[in-house]
Amino acid sequence: MLYRENGQFKTSYRADQQMLPILQDRMFMGLLLAFVFVGAPFVFSDYFFLSILIPFLILSLAALGLNLLVGYCGQISIGHAAFMSVGAYAAYNLVLRVPQLNFLVVLVLAGLIAALVGLLFGIPSLRIRGLYLAVATLAAQFFMDWTFARVKWFTNYASSGSVSTATIDLFGFPINSPVRKYLFLAAVVTVFAVLAKNLVRSHLGRAWMAMRDMDVAAEVIGIRPVYAKLTAFGVSSFYVGVAGALWGFVHLGSWEPLAFNITLSLNLLFMIIIGGMGSILGSFFGAFFIVALPILLNRAPDWLGIDMSTAMVSHLESMIFGALIIFFLIVEPQGLARLWAIGKEKLRLWPFPH
Amino acid sequence: MKLAEKMRILAASVGTIAAVVAVTASGPVQAADKEQFFPALVYRTGAYAPNGVPFANGYVDYLKLVNARDGGIGGVKVTFEECETGYATDRGVECYERLKGKGATGATLFQPLSTGITFALTDKAPKDKIPLVTAGYGRADSVDGTVFKWNFPLGGTYWDAADILVQHVGKLQGGTDKLKGKKIALVYHDSPYGKEPIPLLQERSKMHGYELLLLPVTHPGVEQKATWLQIRQQRPDYVFLWGWGVMNSTSIKEAVATGYPREKMYGVWWSGAEPDVLPAGDGAKGYNALVFLAPAGQGQVHKDIIKYVYDKGQGTGKKEEVGEVLYNRGMVSAMMGVEAVKRAQFKYGKKPLTGEQVRWGLENLAIDAAAIKKLGFDGFMNPVGTSCVDHEGAHSGRVQVWDGKKWTVTAGPYESDLQIIKPIIRASAAKYAAEKKIPARDCAKDASS
Repeated sequence: MLYRENGQFKTSYRADQQMLPILQDRMFMGLLLAFVFVGAPFVFSDYFFLSILIPFLILSLAALGLNLLVGYCGQISIGHAAFMSVGAYAAYNLVLRVPQLNFLVVLVLAGLIAALVGLLFGIPSLRIRGLYLAVATLAAQFFMDWTFARVKWFTNYASSGSVSTATIDLFGFPINSPVRKYLFLAAVVTVFAVLAKNLVRSHLGRAWMAMRDMDVAAEVIGIRPVYAKLTAFGVSSFYVGVAGALWGFVHLGSWEPLAFNITLSLNLLFMIIIGGMGSILGSFFGAFFIVALPILLNRAPDWLGIDMSTAMVSHLESMIFGALIIFFLIVEPQGLARLWAIGKEKLRLWPFPH
Repeated sequence: MKLAEKMRILAASVGTIAAVVAVTASGPVQAADKEQFFPALVYRTGAYAPNGVPFANGYVDYLKLVNARDGGIGGVKVTFEECETGYATDRGVECYERLKGKGATGATLFQPLSTGITFALTDKAPKDKIPLVTAGYGRADSVDGTVFKWNFPLGGTYWDAADILVQHVGKLQGGTDKLKGKKIALVYHDSPYGKEPIPLLQERSKMHGYELLLLPVTHPGVEQKATWLQIRQQRPDYVFLWGWGVMNSTSIKEAVATGYPREKMYGVWWSGAEPDVLPAGDGAKGYNALVFLAPAGQGQVHKDIIKYVYDKGQGTGKKEEVGEVLYNRGMVSAMMGVEAVKRAQFKYGKKPLTGEQVRWGLENLAIDAAAIKKLGFDGFMNPVGTSCVDHEGAHSGRVQVWDGKKWTVTAGPYESDLQIIKPIIRASAAKYAAEKKIPARDCAKDASS
């Protein structure tokens, strides 16, 4: 009853093409954004920002980038943490060697460098697909791990191989408190999410989806596979590279190559599988599931006042987390975003379903 | 500030769902006025649990003992809470954020037992004004208190350890000058932990002319076939092992399989505990490792722990594991933290102290032989005395050997050569200060205030 689009007529192409065609969706999004930028800083504690929201936002961006490639273009990659590390080390070196640059410029440049590397590792996708491509992208993971652990120049000859960053300064405004970090990230992620949403509705996004659904048919109707696949790799790596730079500078502050190891790559893949392939919203759901749920599970016994040994809590966390992954995949193999869509569909008829 | 407060109240009173989440997320607020809160970052699960568990048990048991035997520190009750890091940096940081504000005055100090987590927390601790104690691990350059105001690598760093190992093998050869032309292989955990000793070993190699082979092992270290193949080909005269967790026992097993003599293998103090050698069985006989402050065994303090903690059913682990190498190390680490609080109480009074006040205690620590005896740590502790310029306080180490049943101290104590280490510390700390734009501290001025 509340969620119905009856009576909302589109009288111009512009109105018909807008990002959120339904009034209720626009209102919901407006409220959500208002809460994210205005309400949240007053509501949440520092712990919640630092341990849950900040990693959640950055990994959402990374999952979003991976989703463009895997969910929209159908090219599997299990080496995306490598592109994150490229972004992070590129940003580190840019800040170190060209200190005059504004951090926003550094962020974009780091993304571009990651995109270049992504293009390079995307080349095999022109010849191989599916699981074989997955194995080829795995090479990116190992190659980058090796590079940043062994080539000393990238880490500025740090004896331990660990690099650390100074506080980001944005137009004389230091990004140092949890709330500032959060707001900065929220702004960056919003911009990138809007860009992605529009990208997948554009001719490029349609080309990707055509490639995903059937590459031979896409080629027949005039989509160039080289162009579609490589742009997907490039754009995806750009997003992930930016996320990597943010992960290093805003979340970790100091890191070692191990921070971007294969586990992170797999986690990113799990995020989009659980969240929903080919869905912008799904990337956020998935990131929240993977980032926040283990921590919430770990803290649950304490909140409920159950006295348990630390080891027991950890074991339970792993068990429940694993069980939940299987549960959600059985309930809805297409991910949490699909559950959300079903919910909206039901809401249209509510409270009078036939 | 006032406006922000009002807005906060306003926003909270709206009572959104998110507010409920936030309230639950911030956890129950503990009301306690006369307590000193010790956070305990532990790892009781995962690939490093065999080593993490005994350390955590020793750490927590000692805190329990302080309450049961002494009634707290100067009448202030000690409280603690464990948080599982799994040796993962991101979870360690989460634990830090979770525990830093607990207790009457916030966290006393953090001892993360992970070099990776130490690197991450080194950035955060100064902002929160909580000291970071890394006894026997962490950043070696953090000895320099003028740059690393909040870091305390009490009792020894990896550079001391590497230095002592080179001294020891030099002595075996009949003088460090005899090391010329020899080969030393460093088998290390490929993480900041394993890479830390490299600069010192390179410096020493320039001095003595031995060849240094660097053989990294990827986390968690169960796959070392390629590494040991290289050792078989290169035949180094000595192997230094810089491993942790399951990597250590795997290395020893691989040495058995390769036929490399265990007598020529020397582990750092994190590669020399019972869980490292027991899985290799008889093959581990003759393997050597460094001792950090406390060797295995039991002294007066262990009797107290048995009497006050285990006999009352309050023990954290198994009674027969009291006195293992890592148990003792955990206990010593906790003791140094408690002593720092005691020291700070002299200055600030017998009340719950903040991290900033405890930092003063850590910087003016003076645990001498008499104090060690009084604490019941006779034989399980070296004197530690810190200052503004030296946050380490002790630079000695001993060598122990595994005879198949127990660890026996065979050589030492050695004093690390500060002539060699100090310049590297200063250079590395200066580089860090430049990178992070940290102004140098004036020790003379700080001491008077």
